[in-house]
Amino acid sequence: MTDQQTYNYTVVRQFAIMTIVWGIVGMLVGVIIAAQLAWPVLNFDIPWLTFGRLRPLHTNAVIFAFGGSALFASSYYIVQHTCHVRLLSDKLAAFTFWGWQLIILSAAITLPLGITTSKEYAELEWPIDILITLVWVSYALVFFGTILKRRVPHIYVANWFFGAFIITVAILHIFNSAAVPVSMLKSYSVYAGVQDAMVQWWYGHNAVGFFLTAGFLGMMYYFVPKQAGRPVYSYRLSVVHFWALIFTYIWAGPHHLHYTALPDWAQSLGMVMSLILLAPSWGGMINGIMTLSGAWEKLRTDPVLRLLIVSISFYGMSTFEGPMMSIKTVNALSHYTDWTIGHVHSGALGWVALVSMGSLYYLIPRLFNRDLYSLKLVEVHFWTATIGIVLYIASMWVAGIMQGLMWRATNADGTLTYSFVESVQAMHPYFIVRFLGGAFFLFGALVMAWNIWKTIAGAKPAVGVIPAPAAAH
Amino acid sequence: MDYSLIQTIWTVVVMVLFVGIVIWAWSGKRKQRFDEAANIPFSEDEPTPTDNISKENSHG
Repeated sequence: MTDQQTYNYTVVRQFAIMTIVWGIVGMLVGVIIAAQLAWPVLNFDIPWLTFGRLRPLHTNAVIFAFGGSALFASSYYIVQHTCHVRLLSDKLAAFTFWGWQLIILSAAITLPLGITTSKEYAELEWPIDILITLVWVSYALVFFGTILKRRVPHIYVANWFFGAFIITVAILHIFNSAAVPVSMLKSYSVYAGVQDAMVQWWYGHNAVGFFLTAGFLGMMYYFVPKQAGRPVYSYRLSVVHFWALIFTYIWAGPHHLHYTALPDWAQSLGMVMSLILLAPSWGGMINGIMTLSGAWEKLRTDPVLRLLIVSISFYGMSTFEGPMMSIKTVNALSHYTDWTIGHVHSGALGWVALVSMGSLYYLIPRLFNRDLYSLKLVEVHFWTATIGIVLYIASMWVAGIMQGLMWRATNADGTLTYSFVESVQAMHPYFIVRFLGGAFFLFGALVMAWNIWKTIAGAKPAVGVIPAPAAAH
Repeated sequence: MDYSLIQTIWTVVVMVLFVGIVIWAWSGKRKQRFDEAANIPFSEDEPTPTDNISKENSHG
């Protein structure tokens, strides 16, 4: 069989396996730094192991290594299966895989050494940024090239979301990483002051909106219908969902800069656009969940589908919480507290990680032509992960609100009621609960890794045959 | 031109655009096309691994 009659599963398999590997690495670092916050002695006075250096390692590993690999794997799989063609170029696809792994390794070395631009979620120094640009342009070529040679006339909605994710991340990365190098390992942003802050959070919030949302919605629009065995609830709603979401997200960034030197009108614009964002977000959530309409009983019997649907529920929860926290008066209480950390993890663990894991449970059997080793273990994974998330976000809600209230409490004479360290001390029990929640979630990921290892051990790679042209319209 | 006038025009333009997209998406003409599009993920006979979900249930 020639290559042109089969799908490129090699690159999908590579990224799928690395999703699991990097997921465990990134979550382990997360659990370690959560433990350090509860028991600071755990940094052992070694500079490379201090919170300030491991925290960016954790965020880069879970967002770009774990989430990124999941996005590459699923977008490459979905674009081929919904266009009925092989990827544009096997070589370029292989370059995106090895290039992306090299970027991750560079991050894993430079961040603990303290080499950083200090821009949140864009910490990597300029030589790595250039490599990211090269890999990303190749990714765009492979993805859009595949769409251009498609044999299915309509471009399926999942590909629209992946396409928006790829284009927007390219633009965000280029503008936010623009810097003047002063040596091989040090550069300074071309922006200064409040402009730098605004560009940074335009980037930062759209990293959430496009890297951590649009791409994963692409997964939702393919894997949920496939796993449920029925088409998406409303294709029309998915069209409106797409345009409304991508138009609104891009304006929401200023809510990260409430009560700062950013002009008031920009803060208010960010707040209003964040509030409007609730509508497209929930439109998408309803579309995903209602795909099960008339087949709800599948949730009882299919733990993979349950994982996917619960991930969409967490998406709904965190996209409700986000707009609320962007309201300036609420933000006055929540900003700089652990409430924000809880909010991020309700989205990151509940939505991004669970929808990726559900997608992997769908993908792996098809990439290796084997049944999942155990559905019981998927159940175990589902429950430990869910308990972990609930422990994490509940403890951070309490901790964050308490922190906010302690910081603003004043005595009758106007002096502060609490010193900062008193608020830190009050956090201690919640930091321990958060550590436990993270450990539960990591345990679930290890169960998944074991289950998938047992599924693919000794399996031959599956061959994906492209349907004959007659089958496609 | 007055800055607030630009803002007003922009708000109206975006509003009209949104309503336009909604009308476009829900017009009867496109129903069949969208129904077909929604079924793209099911347009091929994939050799799916046997469904071990029903298997495990029947064996208790």
